[in-house]
Amino acid sequence: MSATNISKESLKAIMQSKETVVSKGAAMADAGNLGIAVGGETEVVKTEVEKEVAKTSSALLSHKPSKRKTQIYSVLNVVLPPVFGVLLLLAVWTLISHQSPSLPGPLKTWYSAIELFSDPFYNHGPNDMGVGWNILASLERVALGFGLAALVGIPLGFIIGRFEFMSRMTSPIISLLRPVSPLAWLPIGLLVFKAANPAAIWVIFISAIWPMIINTSVGVSKVPQDYMNVAKVLNLSEWKIVTKILFPFVLPYMMTGVRLSIGVAWLVIVAAEMLTGGVGIGFWVWDEWNNLNVEHIIIAIFVVGIVGLLLEYALTQIAKKFSYE
Amino acid sequence: MEKILNPEKANADRYVQLENVDMTFPTKKGDFNALKNINLNIKEGEFISIIGHSGCGKSTVLNLIAGLTQPTEGLLFCAGREIAGPGPERAVVFQNHSLLPWLTCYENVSLAVERVFGASAEEPESKAQLKARTDAALELVGLTHATDKRPNEISGGMKQRVGIARALAMEPKVLLLDEPFGALDALTRANLQDELMKIMAKSGCTAVMVTHDVDEAILLSDRVVMMTNGPSAGIGEILDVNLPRPRARLELAEDKDYNHLRSEVLRFLYERHAKKAA
Repeated sequence: MSATNISKESLKAIMQSKETVVSKGAAMADAGNLGIAVGGETEVVKTEVEKEVAKTSSALLSHKPSKRKTQIYSVLNVVLPPVFGVLLLLAVWTLISHQSPSLPGPLKTWYSAIELFSDPFYNHGPNDMGVGWNILASLERVALGFGLAALVGIPLGFIIGRFEFMSRMTSPIISLLRPVSPLAWLPIGLLVFKAANPAAIWVIFISAIWPMIINTSVGVSKVPQDYMNVAKVLNLSEWKIVTKILFPFVLPYMMTGVRLSIGVAWLVIVAAEMLTGGVGIGFWVWDEWNNLNVEHIIIAIFVVGIVGLLLEYALTQIAKKFSYE
Repeated sequence: MEKILNPEKANADRYVQLENVDMTFPTKKGDFNALKNINLNIKEGEFISIIGHSGCGKSTVLNLIAGLTQPTEGLLFCAGREIAGPGPERAVVFQNHSLLPWLTCYENVSLAVERVFGASAEEPESKAQLKARTDAALELVGLTHATDKRPNEISGGMKQRVGIARALAMEPKVLLLDEPFGALDALTRANLQDELMKIMAKSGCTAVMVTHDVDEAILLSDRVVMMTNGPSAGIGEILDVNLPRPRARLELAEDKDYNHLRSEVLRFLYERHAKKAA
């Protein structure tokens, strides 16, 4: 069933590309018509840009900068650059999609995304589930692998940072294993666990653990001698030293490690799932590639990016909450 | 010399005792002999200042009494007991205040109070008693209004006050001050010196202060210990400061005895043991 779908889709794509080529020819003949001939989006983009430019230039040219005007100017200064950035991306994307007909443009992807997200949680059996389920499945794997890595990595970092002997003992192992590409661990996982899902979690675990071990141990080894002298003079118990001095001091370092780790985990999950299959955003990308549904692949790229951004943002907010400064 | 190890027999004249103390630090270029043959007896309730050029090892002497470092040779006693390590009966006011930045002023002081009088003490006190102690210590240094502030929200002078409150709240036998006002501006420093004088008069505890400020040393101390330059620094001279207490900064400025003592110390530091410019 899906095979016929594919051929239809690809046929459509080919036809569209022909259209664009034709319209391009027309556009070359009449440059003034370019925006309209090529497609609605470019027109919209253009006028948007023109409007923004007009706004800024008027702000720049005003001779008497009243309070209100400077306020507007500072807001524009914050809002405009990112807007320009996004518009530039869309423009480049549109341009490339015109050059390379198999790549769908922003508008086509947008309509496809609306359709896709109108029903993100459908379930037509294990090989055809909504994008929502795929994202959730990936997040679950990342949470498990990352959680286990935090559970092992953070205490290990504390021990390595606190005891010189442990640091010397583990340093050759860490230096040796850390640079290994995460996916190189996948066969080992498959061999040991004899199943795809635990193997994927294992890959997340092993790639997310290093930043947490290293950052935590660096934090512990950087505790100022002054604070340790206070602990000595007060004769604080080891428990109090850990809870009142080490932990609060190391927390910012630890959170940096956690943030790096979650970034790595989310990076790796797509690749790992492409290889292991099942339900997950990585597998979904591969599946849509096999279906030649390029819109969905582009949507997946955005989804992965946005979820990664949200994870990073959430952790930064948590880190801010725990910071003593 | 007989070694008094029984606290009850501790002589009040030799409350803190340094006996033939030598301190050698291993460095990359070989051993560095910082202190040589230090002998010093400190009376109970006495205020001693240790003064000398920077790098002469005065802070090392303080760290030895605190128990933060162990001497290479010789023995140290406090209240008849050998000093084996750091302990709350010898509280330290650190040069850079060393407050924990993630705790409020109250919590910083309370950490010390709980350790000394809380659950781990021989006779644990109630929570209300502990709170009263912490509050009293902060009141003593005039910081009742800043109890809930974090160290980075208060001025340098206030931080050092909290450091002093933390040390005093432990009711130490000996208060050790390592250039306590060195990082403060002159006006704040004078203010805190006056307050410290009042506090010490009230508490009557023994104190050892390391300083490089001649006026500070004479104003606060009963005796000023002047150290020779390192390496192998020793005690050059000990000056008795027999000025009547309470002392007032302004009156002393024109006092003949005070100025005489002041020039004695200056002569020691800048004539007999002048430090060559590095």
